[in-house]
Amino acid sequence: MTSEFAVEMLDVVKTFVTPEGNELNAVDHVTLQIKNGEFFSMLGSSGCGKTTSLRMIAGFEWPTEGEVYIEGKAMGHTPPFQRKVNTVFQSYALFQHMTVFQNVAFGLEMEGAKEDEIKKRVGRSLEMVQLTGMERRKPRQLSGGQQQRVAVARALVKTPDVLLLDEPLGALDLKLRKEMQLELKALQQQLGITFVYVTHDQEEGLTMSDRIAVMSKGRVQQIGTPVEIYERPANKFVADFIGESNFFEGTIKSLSKDEASVFVPALDAELLGLPVSQGMVNGEEVVVSIRPEKVRITEKVLNQNCFRGKITNSVYIGSDTHIYVDVQGRTLKVWELNMISRLDPRSFYTVGQDVWLVLMPENTLVLKKD
Amino acid sequence: MLKRLRENKSAQGTLLALPTTLWMVALLIIPLILTLIISFGKRSPDGNVIYTFTLDNYVRLSGYSTDCENGAAACFDPLYVQILWRSLTLAFNTTVLVIALAYPLAYFIARAHPKRRNTFLFLVLIPLWTNFVIRVYAWMMLLRTQGAINIVLGWIAGLLHIPFVPLEMLYTPGAVLVGMVYEFLPFMILPIYTSLEKIDNSLYEAAADLGANSIRTLLRVTLPLSMPGVVAGTILVFIPVMGTFIVSDILGGRQVILIGNLIQRQFLDARDPTFGSAASLILMIMTLVVTYFYTRKFGFGEEIVAA
Repeated sequence: MTSEFAVEMLDVVKTFVTPEGNELNAVDHVTLQIKNGEFFSMLGSSGCGKTTSLRMIAGFEWPTEGEVYIEGKAMGHTPPFQRKVNTVFQSYALFQHMTVFQNVAFGLEMEGAKEDEIKKRVGRSLEMVQLTGMERRKPRQLSGGQQQRVAVARALVKTPDVLLLDEPLGALDLKLRKEMQLELKALQQQLGITFVYVTHDQEEGLTMSDRIAVMSKGRVQQIGTPVEIYERPANKFVADFIGESNFFEGTIKSLSKDEASVFVPALDAELLGLPVSQGMVNGEEVVVSIRPEKVRITEKVLNQNCFRGKITNSVYIGSDTHIYVDVQGRTLKVWELNMISRLDPRSFYTVGQDVWLVLMPENTLVLKKD
Repeated sequence: MLKRLRENKSAQGTLLALPTTLWMVALLIIPLILTLIISFGKRSPDGNVIYTFTLDNYVRLSGYSTDCENGAAACFDPLYVQILWRSLTLAFNTTVLVIALAYPLAYFIARAHPKRRNTFLFLVLIPLWTNFVIRVYAWMMLLRTQGAINIVLGWIAGLLHIPFVPLEMLYTPGAVLVGMVYEFLPFMILPIYTSLEKIDNSLYEAAADLGANSIRTLLRVTLPLSMPGVVAGTILVFIPVMGTFIVSDILGGRQVILIGNLIQRQFLDARDPTFGSAASLILMIMTLVVTYFYTRKFGFGEEIVAA
């Protein structure tokens, strides 16, 4: 391996012509660098360009502009089979007329591998995904999870530098999906190869990835570790897409090196001492964001960033209680962790109760408007 | 009564199947039994059937005879065996040629933009709007000595100053083959298209991803997955070609007699329904045997399609 990066996309654009004849940039000037051995996810809702990006890495599509590099080499119009990458398809794309063994062996046969080598490598690959003994079954005789494993084994048997996975767990039920998430992650760590994983499921992205690219409308909104993405979203879109947030529009009133005061009309108050990133200016229109679990709820007033409200709804969901508080006509979401085991309903916050909400400065983010 | 029927699923099934069952019994099973009985009968001098039990008609079909010209005790006239063999090989050749022509076209249509597919399928079906016989006659206009093909060829030869003798194409086995291929092509295109259209695009991509070039993808993925269509098309083409007599009648003249022509002439010209019935049954048995072995080898394709 000559390059630090397994995959690089430099200023890549992919333009499609819609049936109405309009041009549409499915991928719009995307630049990202995926390190060797990394579990990298592209996360976004449908139509955000994540699958098109993956297909350009695989070689099923070619960029309209820009370049895709694999292991430091520009790919240009290199066909899929000349790239050291393999794909696990969303629909698995298993060959229904072949047995499990034949499916996994297909890629090796195409390489012209010898029969005993094929047997050895297919055996090893099936062992890796725990399908030993299923060699002679046809795909349709397997469960969804097993078919998914065959698809993984078929791609891994080619020993690719990069494994591309296009929403591979989308068709599985929740429990199986969680199991497979852990298994795929363990497999990736064990093999040490690069995984590029496309998903619309934010929890899946956060659980499995070393780094995530959050995408929207063909553009990368933010690249970072799961913690960075969740705790320091780059803009309102990311804060909204990953997890939940309370948003307020506001204006920066005063600005020091790394702190700002923001006037929020909806609360008719100035929030003081909020941390800001660079590139913000005094008087700028911004969005203030705070996660529901980071809002403190108390019965006593505190001196700063504290607001009076009335509880309009309270939903007990086991680990948390979701409390909805009306503050000057705006409803704030507050997630309270149920840390103490109790049964008495009076010990919970109840609907109609007057409370104070505290927006701690260190928990409150100032984001650029989209 | 109605209420009881509503609760009884098996009675509902019986009722739904009843009209077709009666139809099939009256118009297929009973006539078949009659054909079998007649084939063991004898022709009376005035062309009626004498019901008896004799294998004469079948012996006559085999070509074996004790009534020989040179006074021999037994001799063999291969005429009918030749007709049977000719029908079989023609049906085989037609089917192979039709597959070779239909497959690429069906593939092209299946891979075309979804909006254009219906237009192409529509074009495939257009010839079927015209009467079968008229379409065969049209080929006569093309193939005969002063036909369109010879006129064009003569004109080209004239331009190139080459002496030209019009080709004798009509009333040859080739003409019959061309006519059959033309008539039955749509019946192969449609089922192959249907099975190709079902193949998900990701399967082609998976094959490419795993290192298969286009020829290997065709042989290892596309062809096996579209076999149900090829099998269905073969059954739709092979069986009618075995039995039809119009194409060979019009384009083959007296030169290309098929089992279909033989049967037709026994009933209409020779007025020997007993021999015609025997020939019909032999045709049916031959078709059944070929279809049986064919589907045993390739299946009906359901083991691939069934999910």
